[in-house]
Amino acid sequence: MSTTMANSDHGHADGVFHQYENIDQQNESYIVGMWTFLVTEVMFFGPLFFTYILYRWQYQEYFWRTHQLLDIKLGGINTMILLASSFSMAMGVHYAQKKDTKRQLGMMGFTVLCGAAFLAIKLALEWAPKFQHHMIPGPQFTWPPHDGYDQSILALLHDVPRGAAEMYFSIYFGITGLHGIHVVVGMLCIAIIMFMKVRKFPQVESYIPTEMVGLYWHFVDLVWIFLYPLFYLMPR
Amino acid sequence: MRASTVKNPAAEAPKPESNYLNNGHTIASWLLTKDHKRIAILYLISVTIFFAVGSFLAGLIRAELILPRGVMLENETYNKIFTLHGVVMIFFFLIPSIPATLGNFLIPMMIGAKDLAFPRLNLLSWYLYIIAGLIAIVAIAMGGVDTGWTFYAPYASMYSNSQVSLTIGAAFLAGFSSIFTGINFIVTIHKMRAPGMTWFRLPLYVWGHYSTSIIIILGTPVVAITLLMLLAERTLHLGFFSPELGGDPVLFQHLFWFYSHPAVYIMILPGMGVISEIITCFSRRRIFGYEFVAFSSLAIAGLGFLVWGHHLYVSGQSMYQGMVFSIITFLVAIPSAVKVFNWSTTIFKGSVRLQTPMAYALGFMGLFLVGGLTGLYLSSMATDIHLTDTYFVVAHFHFVMVGGAVMAMLGGVHFWWPKMTGKMYNEHLGKLSAAITFVGFNLTFLPQFAMGYLGMPRRYHYYYLWPDFQIYHILSTAGAFVLAIGYAMPAFYLLWSLKHGKDAGPNPWGAKGLEWTTPSPPPTENFTTIPIVTEEAYNYDPELAEREETLADMLEHDYSPEGAGN
Repeated sequence: MSTTMANSDHGHADGVFHQYENIDQQNESYIVGMWTFLVTEVMFFGPLFFTYILYRWQYQEYFWRTHQLLDIKLGGINTMILLASSFSMAMGVHYAQKKDTKRQLGMMGFTVLCGAAFLAIKLALEWAPKFQHHMIPGPQFTWPPHDGYDQSILALLHDVPRGAAEMYFSIYFGITGLHGIHVVVGMLCIAIIMFMKVRKFPQVESYIPTEMVGLYWHFVDLVWIFLYPLFYLMPR
Repeated sequence: MRASTVKNPAAEAPKPESNYLNNGHTIASWLLTKDHKRIAILYLISVTIFFAVGSFLAGLIRAELILPRGVMLENETYNKIFTLHGVVMIFFFLIPSIPATLGNFLIPMMIGAKDLAFPRLNLLSWYLYIIAGLIAIVAIAMGGVDTGWTFYAPYASMYSNSQVSLTIGAAFLAGFSSIFTGINFIVTIHKMRAPGMTWFRLPLYVWGHYSTSIIIILGTPVVAITLLMLLAERTLHLGFFSPELGGDPVLFQHLFWFYSHPAVYIMILPGMGVISEIITCFSRRRIFGYEFVAFSSLAIAGLGFLVWGHHLYVSGQSMYQGMVFSIITFLVAIPSAVKVFNWSTTIFKGSVRLQTPMAYALGFMGLFLVGGLTGLYLSSMATDIHLTDTYFVVAHFHFVMVGGAVMAMLGGVHFWWPKMTGKMYNEHLGKLSAAITFVGFNLTFLPQFAMGYLGMPRRYHYYYLWPDFQIYHILSTAGAFVLAIGYAMPAFYLLWSLKHGKDAGPNPWGAKGLEWTTPSPPPTENFTTIPIVTEEAYNYDPELAEREETLADMLEHDYSPEGAGN
């Protein structure tokens, strides 16, 4: 995972760092390190999910109605995009194992594009309209929403208290925002590995660094797999 | 390794053996180092500075409380000072103290590795820690923070107009520094052990750090995101905890203590590891019940995650919840007691040498015993309701965290100082400072148990409604200044030893363990050849120890193992 300079005084010619005995020990350390890091990531997202659970239990009916304001289609498209990106990332690792650099780079590039598409849809089509309708929590928060949604949904919302709705959107923006940051970081990490691969850094000779970045990407994808039903599918 | 620094032909002609200290003299060679030993020294220096800052703030608090109406501080200033004392001591001293200094230095050496698994990440941890510290200092300069180190919502998120955001940012970064250290330790202990170093040949110190790292990776992310949520509530008005935004402040307490109770074990478990090393070495005795001590560390780490609710007995949580948390909290006493009993038995059967590290270790045992036993009063719901938010609690956690963790830290620094620097310090001054620290500590915090029981609340800067508390406060303040002398002394004689100390040789204490088989100070790559481990840890020979002792008595001079060995 660590990025290094080509002329690193630590890197042996074969890409083994000085503190390791051989490439196997190095790769195994990367694997243990990455999984340990993913444990910390699970714990990092944990409290937000816990908060969601708590308040959904507390404001069950209101949360259920406020759910209707999210667009299941856009969420679905984004889920598809992330699933596709996970598949292409897995193929990227596969080609890295086969030492097929060209295909590996192609697959990883596609993954980065998927990440960008996900973020674009999220920001431009989901977040931006909510900002316009003052659904971002804070002093500007306007409730119930006046327009932009069809009457059947607005009718459901009229007796949802402001506090519950604000809480719902707080958790929604908090958790999808944090997820979005992780998507950006994942894209950056993949891009770094691609760059190192293009410039033939010895540290990415082995497929393990690619696989480690892939693991991270799958984790990011997995978080979304939980978010989609919790926020979009639940009220349907 | 590191051709850039080794390739220095202008080095002085009769160059002594190359070691990690003289391998490169420029500031850059220190600030860009990836050597775990140098990073440990960087941490040691920075942690000591933060300890000095935190102690100074503690001194202000103690001075203020001499008079029932307070001496010099405004209400608000007092709040800021005890908050900063807490933030600095917890996030910038106690949590990183032993893991980041002694742990960084020793874990690779104890398991026979050349370095930690991820040296760059290790350096990054130090930089994150330093940046966090600088942010905290900026927050102080801009007016400080008055929420208490616990940042309870909704005061911290909605009402306080002090520098809460900056301080939270600092704590968040310090948390990430500690997460990276934890990941590094776990990977290193799993994958970098020398041939023959099986899990049950690991020194107990390494077990302590392994358990600590588990707590760090499971707990610290939780407080990181919780603080981030608080920050979002404060700056973006995303409602999570504030009732004004539809939230529940008790949720914050749950999430906060889910980390912050285990964090107590982050502070104490590495200290227990240090004590295990010191006690076996100076008792010349294999530790009694190795497996029990090792597994008790894991048990403390595991149980530590199930007891956070004892901080919420008076928060309005249900009585049954309180009962469950109370029972589990009592359970933590078992593995803690296992350790104390095993240390006692080791000493009982051993041939004890009362040198400086041992003096600190015995001090640790005494103070930890008091700290642990008073914990039982607080884990029991009935007594806790009487004692909540009084000085009894203050005294209890200072006994565990200052009496325990700081004594262990000082003991460890004295124990491994010869290894880290290659120099011996003055033994008499060492023992004296241990004694002064012990006396000063008890004088400071024992009166606090009494006045806490009588009802003196914590976080008050006056008590004129009940001036009877004054005598306790005066005793406590006097103790604090004795304690300050005890803490300041090592700084002087240890630094003095750097220039004037006797050469220590590789193993001045006659200790077992891989770190003592390499020269002092160790070469950059730790070992010239990777060691192969063939015996269990602490394979001390009690009969040999007794013969050595008799010989030393016969020679009628200061016992020194390398003298006896030659």
